[in-house]
Amino acid sequence: MFLSHKASRPMLRTLHRISRSGRRWQSTETHPAGGHLPSVATSSFLKPTRDLALRTSGLRYVDQTDADPAQEMVGRETRKMNMYQAVRDALSIALSKDDTAVVFGEDVAFGGVFRCTMGLAEEFGRERIFNTPLTEQGIAGFGIGLASMGHTAIAEIQFADYIFPAFDQIVNEAAKFRFRSSGNFDVGKLTIRCPSMAVGHGGHYHSQSPEGFFMGAAGLKIVIPRSPIQAKGLLLSAIRDPNPVIFMEPKVLYRSSVEQVPMDDYEIPLGKAETLTRGKDLTIVSWGTPVYHCETALKMLSHPPAPLASNVPVSLRSAKVELIDLRTIMPWDVEAVAESVNRTGRLVVVHEAGRTGGAGAEIGAEIQKRCFLKLNAPVRLVTGWDTPVPMQYEKFYMPDPIRILDAIMETLTY
Amino acid sequence: MIRTLRTPLPTSTLLRACRGVAGTTAQLPGPGHAHGHLPSSTSPITSKLHFFNSVIDGGKQIPTYRVIDGAGQPLQGALVPDIDEALARRIYENMVQLPILDDILYNLQRQGRIVFYMTSYGEEAAIIGSAAALAHDDEVLAQYRESGVLLWRGFGYDNIMNQCFGTHLDTCGKGKQMPVHYGSKELHYHTISSPLATQIPQAAGVGYALKRDPARRGKNCAVVYFGEGAASEGDFHAGMLLASTIPSPTMFIARNNGFAISTPSSEQYYGDGIAARGPGYGIHTVRVDGNDVLAVYSAVREARRLCIEEGRAVLVETMTYRVGHHSTSDDSFAYRPRKEVEDRKRLDNPIVRFRLFMEARGWWSKDEDAALTKRIKGEVMAAYKKAESLPKPELKEMFTEVYGGEEPWNLKEQREELKRLLKKYGDSWEPWKAELKKHKGEGKDLLE
Repeated sequence: MFLSHKASRPMLRTLHRISRSGRRWQSTETHPAGGHLPSVATSSFLKPTRDLALRTSGLRYVDQTDADPAQEMVGRETRKMNMYQAVRDALSIALSKDDTAVVFGEDVAFGGVFRCTMGLAEEFGRERIFNTPLTEQGIAGFGIGLASMGHTAIAEIQFADYIFPAFDQIVNEAAKFRFRSSGNFDVGKLTIRCPSMAVGHGGHYHSQSPEGFFMGAAGLKIVIPRSPIQAKGLLLSAIRDPNPVIFMEPKVLYRSSVEQVPMDDYEIPLGKAETLTRGKDLTIVSWGTPVYHCETALKMLSHPPAPLASNVPVSLRSAKVELIDLRTIMPWDVEAVAESVNRTGRLVVVHEAGRTGGAGAEIGAEIQKRCFLKLNAPVRLVTGWDTPVPMQYEKFYMPDPIRILDAIMETLTY
Repeated sequence: MIRTLRTPLPTSTLLRACRGVAGTTAQLPGPGHAHGHLPSSTSPITSKLHFFNSVIDGGKQIPTYRVIDGAGQPLQGALVPDIDEALARRIYENMVQLPILDDILYNLQRQGRIVFYMTSYGEEAAIIGSAAALAHDDEVLAQYRESGVLLWRGFGYDNIMNQCFGTHLDTCGKGKQMPVHYGSKELHYHTISSPLATQIPQAAGVGYALKRDPARRGKNCAVVYFGEGAASEGDFHAGMLLASTIPSPTMFIARNNGFAISTPSSEQYYGDGIAARGPGYGIHTVRVDGNDVLAVYSAVREARRLCIEEGRAVLVETMTYRVGHHSTSDDSFAYRPRKEVEDRKRLDNPIVRFRLFMEARGWWSKDEDAALTKRIKGEVMAAYKKAESLPKPELKEMFTEVYGGEEPWNLKEQREELKRLLKKYGDSWEPWKAELKKHKGEGKDLLE
């Protein structure tokens, strides 16, 4: 399940070649278990400087240092973090400020298989950061019990692929807890974190994006961050939101996405999408890892690399595409998407999960209802195929920049 | 078809026939076997290849703890718990009320006044005996046949009726769930849900919260009830693992009543009941005669003490018999002979056993019985009369409390959609027109 490759002498000789494809901070791992996506490193959506980081839109500091919001940024510090460090930072803040908060799951005590809980047990003690036996239904049930008593329960499911034993507890219990007792009991203090999405070598059971399965469980929220700044702020919001939240962390981004992250306690609102690029010709909605493939596709559209030049008509190269990161999948920001599509008249939705029963279908149906008369083309979905994630074929399975580019062009020329 | 009397305590011969020749326990190496232990383990090395399949020596079943016999007399050597007359009377009255309440509500379902009901016939001692042994604020997570615990804590017949009728006064859930899905935050009784055994790992988490809370650590435990059928679910294993390993002060009370709907316990498990599983998790375990209210009381009190003192799971298996049908949707004579049920009611009646015990002490008399029955019946009927004419909750409640905090757009829009449909068809579509009249406000709350 979890392959760890220790750097060996022959491998060390090739390290310098690999290092050029992406910045690595403290690890000499050439093949991290969580995967590596070099293209993310150069993304313009990541914020490599303190100034850019502090200007993150929608960021709301929890502790006000200054009465004057204009002075807000002066006293704020940032630190370079990758996504697992940002997650860890969020957990640390939650644990510091909330005595009832506990973090539990398989292997969290030593730091977690993706290092998201490094050092927390040493800092907060084994009564608050502890391993559970290997039972996802137990982890979810235990978290529900804790949360029902008003304690902040932050559960970790080791891989989103293994969330299914907990499906009954999540859908039949957590989601319905408040409704069925008319608010006498609730598990708003429950947050379930799980690494999700593809890593390049995960196959059926280390690559899934199960958000679609949970959309029918009213009472839940589902959040998927794309970067360290987003992960920290969204996770703190999720922990504090009065509803059970499933927080899916794209595992390939744990190490591949790095930026300056404000060190203070801040939140990014749930239920709100973020527009990453403004446009007028077409809207793309995505979340998690594919956001970066969308970015690449947009670059390829405006400046196709030589081999693709003949595939990209010159007339399309000046198209202005609006890219929206949904961030919260449930409840999703329908107003932001509809407002955008009403302007652009075209929508492409990109997600890793398979086509059938995926969130894209839900978004497509709602947008065609709201924007029917403004649409100039059918809503286009770019998704994984309707097969389990196939190990050696992943390059052809996951929506990559060429598929996204193709979908954009076909939708523009419909 | 002639069937053997199915008891929750199969005779050892029956069991031995099922489990092969004599059951065996693990054999400890005798003196002279000095092979040491496995690394970082106290498991002694043995050169004897020996399979074992029993918790108890000689393959016997785990014994069942009992205090008073069928005639209400203490067994030789039994320690009668120190309860005074007041407590004894309270226990007895709570036991007696259950079948009276069940009779009335069961019949109301048969008459179509409520849609569903589940009775507790035969299990009154297991439920009330355990309820009496708990602190009033021990957190209880139940399955569905434990309303006696809620009533013991003062829930009252009004709340029962309002929940079963789904009236606007239903404090448990504003008519959102089926009957018998009670809950009460004030009484520390977590709202019932239909899926079986889901409450078990939740209880382990509740126990952990109690342990983490400085105001309640060492004072309270979580208590989870479930049937022997629900104990087959993976959630049982998960809950036992968590509460024994993490650990958390959680008491597990298995109501082994012999049936999971039509499935007898002989088709539910092969091992020695639920109690045999406890030692597998390394936890204190006891099996008790669930129809002996004093035995249940004593056992649960001691279990509670161990649970809170050690902060770890404890398992109590109460052996009883489900005299009634599984629910109003079940006719148990489809799978068991009437005679079996009648015999059990007659030969091992928990209420009778305790009454005989009390009468022997001069704490009860037959006249009081008649008066008690009359009083309870009157109170239940009064509560029924109040509830039966009450309207259902306001229609708008259908959309409330799905989420905490801000309501998401989809619910806002769907409420508006229903509003639009009501405006358009509320007067002309007969099914809706008739149904609206049953709701408080007749839907006008939604039309604003």
